[in-house]
Amino acid sequence: MDKNLFSQIVFYCFAVVVVGSAAVVVFSRSLIRSAFALLFTFGGVAALYVYLGADFLAATQMVIYVGGILVLLLFGVMLTHKLYDLNLRGEAFQFLPALVLVLVVFSTLVFFMLRADWFSGGERAATPTTAAIGELLMRDFILPFEVASIFLLIALIGAALIVRRKSQ
Amino acid sequence: MIGLGHYLIISAALFSLGIMCVLTRKNAVNVLMGIELILNSANLNLVAFSKFSAGNIEGQIFSIFIIVVAAAEAAVALAIVLAMYRLIKSVNLDRADTLKG
Repeated sequence: MDKNLFSQIVFYCFAVVVVGSAAVVVFSRSLIRSAFALLFTFGGVAALYVYLGADFLAATQMVIYVGGILVLLLFGVMLTHKLYDLNLRGEAFQFLPALVLVLVVFSTLVFFMLRADWFSGGERAATPTTAAIGELLMRDFILPFEVASIFLLIALIGAALIVRRKSQ
Repeated sequence: MIGLGHYLIISAALFSLGIMCVLTRKNAVNVLMGIELILNSANLNLVAFSKFSAGNIEGQIFSIFIIVVAAAEAAVALAIVLAMYRLIKSVNLDRADTLKG
């Protein structure tokens, strides 16, 4: 089979996985099912990053989103429900107005994205990006890099302070 | 051939689904999941533009900073959700109306 055609078919499979599992996240009644569908969305987006030649970002996506944020969300689901409450229903409301609004937003976005005359600088070859990203972070983006580290420290201390039980 | 438009449409779909999740859900954790979908769609856009703009890798740097902010946001937001659960024994956003006069 033609290699190019094969890669296109795999791309469409990943696209269907991403959008389909995101739809499960949004429309599923069960919170646990939403959380596990989010796993497939994050994994599919990581695969799309590989298609875009962003190998470092794909690994970061797997480590931080799947390994960190998703586990954190699952903790959030588990800790805020009683364990015997097995169904863990998430209520939905304003369904129809939201659906209409979202369809309008989506069609507007797609309409203008496809009409716009994007620059055509050509594609970047799929070369390893880790060294280039590291050099850029240490040279051109050193200030945002340091600010981000302080920001993470502040956010984590703040999170720990918020959930701490008040001592009597 | 897979072009820029494919990625833009996928990211627009992710963004719309995230907005839908934020608008229709009452559970605070579920709303957070919608926000993560929106952040992922923004990331996908940035990386796609980075690929199709001939050698610019800055889009991926922006994407890394968005991931940093998303991680911090998830930690703080879940802390707030836990504190809210302790206070009103519920994560239903309609019940969190303590400021209402």
